[in-house]
Amino acid sequence: MACIEARGLRKAFGTTIALDGIDLRVEEGRILGLIGPNGAGKTTALNAILGLTPYRGELQVLGRDPWTERDQLMRDVCFIADVAVLPRWIRVSQALDYVAGVHPRFDRAKAESFLAKTAIRRASKVRELSKGMVAQLHLALVMAIDAKLLVLDEPTLGLDILYRKQFYDSLLNDYFDRSRTIVVTTHQVEEIQHVLTDVMFINRGRIVFDRSMEEVESRYLEVMVHPEQVAAARALKPMHERQGLGRSILLFDAVDRQQLAALGDVRTPSIADLFVAVLSNQSGAAQGGAR
Amino acid sequence: MSTPSNTVPGSPLESHVIAPAVIPATRRMYWSVRRELWENRSLYLAPLAVAALILVASLIGTIHLPGKLHDPSLDPAQQQELIEQPYTFAALLLMFTTFVVGVFYCVDALQGERRDRSILFWKSLPVSDLMTVLSKASIPFVVLPLVTFAVTVVTQGIMLLLGSARLLGSGQSATLWTHVSLFQMSVMLLYHLVAVHALWWAPLWGWLLLVSAWARRAAFLWVTLPLLAIGILEKIAFNTSHFAAMLEYRFLGGPEGVASSGNGISMASLTPANPGHFLTSPGLWIGLAFAAACLAAAVRLRHYREPI
Repeated sequence: MACIEARGLRKAFGTTIALDGIDLRVEEGRILGLIGPNGAGKTTALNAILGLTPYRGELQVLGRDPWTERDQLMRDVCFIADVAVLPRWIRVSQALDYVAGVHPRFDRAKAESFLAKTAIRRASKVRELSKGMVAQLHLALVMAIDAKLLVLDEPTLGLDILYRKQFYDSLLNDYFDRSRTIVVTTHQVEEIQHVLTDVMFINRGRIVFDRSMEEVESRYLEVMVHPEQVAAARALKPMHERQGLGRSILLFDAVDRQQLAALGDVRTPSIADLFVAVLSNQSGAAQGGAR
Repeated sequence: MSTPSNTVPGSPLESHVIAPAVIPATRRMYWSVRRELWENRSLYLAPLAVAALILVASLIGTIHLPGKLHDPSLDPAQQQELIEQPYTFAALLLMFTTFVVGVFYCVDALQGERRDRSILFWKSLPVSDLMTVLSKASIPFVVLPLVTFAVTVVTQGIMLLLGSARLLGSGQSATLWTHVSLFQMSVMLLYHLVAVHALWWAPLWGWLLLVSAWARRAAFLWVTLPLLAIGILEKIAFNTSHFAAMLEYRFLGGPEGVASSGNGISMASLTPANPGHFLTSPGLWIGLAFAAACLAAAVRLRHYREPI
């Protein structure tokens, strides 16, 4: 059974189409990065998966309909939707008491041991903690819950780089195992690139790219082309071309590595570069269609 | 404080192999209500503060107590009323306090969590919208009447002790106990709180929670404006004022069977005299049905609502 399965997922706010018929399948044990520009529909898609917003189309999360069965689903699903959603009045000890009181899969000892590694005191209220500490607290609560699916929507927004790195390190080292699934959206793509097993680009309510990281690494190559070879390289139909350090950098899909090595320095593109390439082809195609 | 007994201590990595039992609904409800008390400490702090003020005032009031007990111009019934009056006033003041606290609580209950976006955290936990709304409704329906009762009885008890001490100090025996029947007053108070505050005013609490779940901002305006609008539109359309009369009957006239007392206020005069008559009155049941409809709508709204 797939962890998340959606077919023809649609959602409109008035005349604005947020999700334009999304098909998506996330298998168990994957770490999926959902990447897209602002307003692309990332949060709407996650909200639908979490049962926070009604939708049209078919959607099953762990075999349940999230909209009608949110409370049962939340025994197996955890999410950090946005930063700073912990109520500001709550004390750290109260947050632990409450989650332990209502969640059957919360391991309080585990949460306590995460918190012991931080400077967070039990008697503090959330409003007294720094932004980074609130994120640490939320992560401690979430990681102590033995969930099958963890959804993170911009979990590190507004945090400094130390907290961000720590956040993903603890997630990978202390939390993730092959039986769990994680879906994460972020703007800091390069920071989570090494964490992901799969990557999905979403643009204007559609999924425009859906690959495993192995596929990405084997299929896509970026070449910093020697000036005299540019014409030859362009003949191989690059997906995208950009300028960097006075050289042309061309991105190729499924072109032989040996062939490219003759043209310049070959390397695996970053997700961010791939994202720009895919999206600019998209808008190019859209404009072409309009003409 | 209470870790679920089904988790395996010391082996966090293996704990997910064991599928833990479901937490019973009563336990989730208990923690949801405690959560409300953590967030809204004024629910008990406000009545406690008012109780402290009442005690200070009654300490001053005991100065005149020996005179009241031996005023020859009063017949025993008048004397009884005069001595019981401070106790009744204390109860009224405390009931007024918790009423106001209850109104403010309800108006904010389902709007505040959307305003501070914490609804996203609450919804990430396995607690249904129904249970959340019921836990919030339990505050005006159950918790506040109980808080009012407990604080009032303790306050009245201390007042009685203060009065008795004053009488003993002035060389008189503690005859106050024969004039003030604390037990009878408490029973009456509890009956009043259940009958009027919880049951008769149920539509008010339901309406406030519904508006709180619905309004994006200015909830207090939305609480009052529709009622005002209905009243005015009815006046324009039919030149009648049934709606206004209905509201007045509900909140000023008191429930069925309440005798509008001539002089002097006592708890008995504010409470339906005949419980059987009260419990079978259509007014009560229509009100309860309206409250239930409001709560059902609030549950549904919370399902759809997103942070403001």
